Amino acid sequence: MSSSRHRSVLPGFGLSLGFTLVYLSLIVLVPLAAAFIEIAGLTWAEFTAAVSDPRVVASYKLSFGASLAAAAVNAVFGLVVAWVLVRYPFPGRRVIDALVDLPFALPTAVAGIALTAIYSKNGWVGQWLEPHGMQVAFTRVGVFVALTFIGLPFVVRTLQPVIEELEPELEEASATLGANRLQTLARVVLPPLLPALTTGFAMAFARALGEYGSVVFISGNMPMKTEITPLLIITKLEQYDYAGATAIAVVMLIVSFVLLLLINLLQRRARRIA
Amino acid sequence: MASALSNLQRTVSAPVVRPRALRDPLWLRLTLMGVAFLFLASFLLLPLVSVFAEALRRGVGAYLESFNDPDGWHALRLTLLTAAIAVPANLVFGVAAAWAVAKFEFPGKSLLITLIDLPFAVSPVISGLIYVLVFGAHGWFGPWLSEHDIRIVFAVPGIVLATIFVTFPFVARELIPLMQAQGKDEEYAAVTLGANGWQTFFRVTLPNIKWGLFYGVILCNARAMGEFGAVSVVSGHIRGETNTLPLHVEILYNEYQFVGAFAAASLLALLAIVTLVLKSAVEWAHARRHG
Repeated sequence: MSSSRHRSVLPGFGLSLGFTLVYLSLIVLVPLAAAFIEIAGLTWAEFTAAVSDPRVVASYKLSFGASLAAAAVNAVFGLVVAWVLVRYPFPGRRVIDALVDLPFALPTAVAGIALTAIYSKNGWVGQWLEPHGMQVAFTRVGVFVALTFIGLPFVVRTLQPVIEELEPELEEASATLGANRLQTLARVVLPPLLPALTTGFAMAFARALGEYGSVVFISGNMPMKTEITPLLIITKLEQYDYAGATAIAVVMLIVSFVLLLLINLLQRRARRIA
Repeated sequence: MASALSNLQRTVSAPVVRPRALRDPLWLRLTLMGVAFLFLASFLLLPLVSVFAEALRRGVGAYLESFNDPDGWHALRLTLLTAAIAVPANLVFGVAAAWAVAKFEFPGKSLLITLIDLPFAVSPVISGLIYVLVFGAHGWFGPWLSEHDIRIVFAVPGIVLATIFVTFPFVARELIPLMQAQGKDEEYAAVTLGANGWQTFFRVTLPNIKWGLFYGVILCNARAMGEFGAVSVVSGHIRGETNTLPLHVEILYNEYQFVGAFAAASLLALLAIVTLVLKSAVEWAHARRHG
């Protein structure tokens, strides 16, 4: 540590940064590097064969499709929930606001078995859907339901502060200029919310892609049909196919990192606009 | 990515009463509130309530009877032990990282902040997998570890490591923006008046960040006790040895012992409720002080 360069009279720069870098490397960076080093032992042909096997491709389709659908539903309903929580005074608002974080606090395995119980054919919701020929548990719809559950807080929590900071002058001007309330909402209120809405959507999507615990119970885990990509990684591991499992994991890691980068860019842009 | 997940600076202010032209018409308010409540009730409240309903399906007696399970108690103890190691480890890291980032200027700072966030972007399953690759029988240190008769994967150390990985960013993410916003003036004053580094930290910085710290610890703890995917990969599922409470829930459920599974799950659901209550209380206390 050269105190002349940092020109800070506060002590502890070397100790705190040193500890941070060592801990970060040991816990996160080195183990993550292990995944990339593991697949370096594969030839390109072996790698592409492992990640483009029909069963793997079917799992990508399910994971991407269900995550996209869940994030889209969360974007719509999350917007409504955030708007209601910020703008409408009603008794019990605090309790409902706290409840929004439930998917962060409830262990995923618990959410998984609870959702399965609700949507199985004797369950609270399942028994009403069954006579109409709609099955949720052990189908792709079940995967979508679980991913919707875990993604909701991302959209609501990203939107809430932005709705709170909307300038009332814009809505006043719009009303003064003769727009009715619906026109104001659609043309004045909604556009500045779009960056935050997109960020929340991307976060919910990224979380859903990697989700495991809440999905495995309700999905039924049928190969080619209701098998998500993270489950396939576990299946390969249990068959001691370390290279195969890691190859799929690396594909997922790259997608996750790209999404993380995208989310960071979106947040930076949203902050500039705000 | 975590900023939506936990942010103490988020103030829950009461809605301002707006002039008529700026209020949504009654029919719209009722519709949106109806949609929001129905959605939250069916997607959030229903699963929470169903955990307790399923646990009590055969009556209170059967519910209590299901706790008479040594493997279940062992799983609970392992979950508490794991959290008791993972949370303090990430607490110390979070404070050190926030001190370095908030009090000093150095190149690569924003890269460091992004890297701290990384574990949130990684699927829990992959978080477990990478430790198997490093410490497993076929991993880097596998041969050396088995030579010295040390077990990490499929044993308690692996469970702890995977848990530390998935809960890695929680405290740091909370403290970094908080300490950046607070600046360095108070610490400068303390040092100028002759305090040493530790005195400055414990008497000046810590009182300023205690709510943020507590907030990060609550969230970190909830995730540490509830983690399923990462722990599932490294645990090896040895009953009475390497099963945490969430894994025990899975085993009972797959054996069709539904009352037992939901009874164990009800403990974890209670943990979630306590977490949400504490979290709201901290937000409230913080908003009142800084509101």
